[in-house]
Amino acid sequence: MSDPLANRLGPLPSRATPMSYPPSSSSASLADILERVLDKGIVIAGDIRINLLDIELLTIKLRILIASVDKAKEMGIDWWEYDPSLSSRHSGSPLAEENRRLRAEVEALRRERLGTAEPGVQGAEYEADDRAREEDRPSRRAPKRNRPAP
Amino acid sequence: MNREPTLTYVYAVAVPTPELVRTVASLRGVADAALSLLPPLDDSRPAAPAFVTSQVPHGDWREEALRARFEDLGWLESTARAHHHVIQALSERATVLPLRMATLYEDEERALAALREQRPAFADRLALLAHHAEYGVKVYVRPDAGDGDGDGPDAAPPAATPAPGSPGKAYLQARKRQHHAREDRYQQAARAAERIAAAAAPHATHAVRHPTQSGPLTHGEAGPDGENVLNDAYLVPDDRAGAFRRAVQQAGEDLPGVRVDITGPWAPYSFAMPAPRTTGTDPDPDPGTGTGTGTETPGGPT
Repeated sequence: MSDPLANRLGPLPSRATPMSYPPSSSSASLADILERVLDKGIVIAGDIRINLLDIELLTIKLRILIASVDKAKEMGIDWWEYDPSLSSRHSGSPLAEENRRLRAEVEALRRERLGTAEPGVQGAEYEADDRAREEDRPSRRAPKRNRPAP
Repeated sequence: MNREPTLTYVYAVAVPTPELVRTVASLRGVADAALSLLPPLDDSRPAAPAFVTSQVPHGDWREEALRARFEDLGWLESTARAHHHVIQALSERATVLPLRMATLYEDEERALAALREQRPAFADRLALLAHHAEYGVKVYVRPDAGDGDGDGPDAAPPAATPAPGSPGKAYLQARKRQHHAREDRYQQAARAAERIAAAAAPHATHAVRHPTQSGPLTHGEAGPDGENVLNDAYLVPDDRAGAFRRAVQQAGEDLPGVRVDITGPWAPYSFAMPAPRTTGTDPDPDPGTGTGTGTETPGGPT
């Protein structure tokens, strides 16, 4: 079942409706579009420097936020709220948060079973250590692979 | 003649043809700007890669203004869509190299100078990408798949049947069970993702693994309880597109709690060249062997 581009994209928009996008563009998720236009494609040095460093920063934000902008507006999400570079203790994704909490709890349980004294204190230490490690690797499950082929 | 000063915005690289000229003339770019080819099609010279450009108001697009505007999510969305729309429409009719959004030059002369510097590399890459399209393969997993009772891991642990020990202990044990169950499911999801990637690979000439999409706002796409565990891009020859789709879909069937989304065809965003090479000293001048950054074979290193 081939799916030719032409069928998906429909006719070219006329000049009269320059802001209406063909179905393909609007059905492509904004997350995918942002990922591609900001993170992929050729980077050549332009005269305006925004296209290098600043977009790197921006993609970090997108990594965290990437999804429907409508939803972002709906939820009143503050773009910067999730910026790890601007916030001293960024919240991370709910999943990372959950993961952190779970690990601390599991660790506390393990200590309890072993009869370790003062689990509260040690638990807190573990949690802090865990958090620090968590922050060292913000995209934890599928980091970009830059390893050269063996 | 006192026109507002402008900057030259570059969308993509393509080899001009009469058809491309018509397409370019029919499109609007960012800020609703008319598009043009730089340099224009010249029948008297052999076809060489050209920029698809538009002029944008200097005041809105100069460096300081742009920094501020990039933080405006609404502006970012409409600009990203407009940029993408141009590239996607062009890619229907020609092989294109998409440029990163917001590549701007002071004027056309400066843009032309940049083009001339990179032309041979652009020509090589365009040849490699001809008659290919990019497809995205995204795998989502429901964290509670296989639970059967719909009691997801995010739900509160069962409060009933307290263990003889402390309530806190019972709570933590329940959490631990959930934790282990979830780990198992992620391992299953990882195997499913690798199976799907392995099915896709034979139909593609290149593959890139992108970071999975996550965050508070991906839930719309992932579904209320889904998580993205694979986000690959494949470069697929046009005559293999059907087989590619079938293979990926088949690999995703019968996997409980796993959903596979195929996106595309896209312009080859993920297979455009990395940063420009320094001239003349590249030990591996062959653009066809997937030596670009991030290029890898799926199912390879895990």
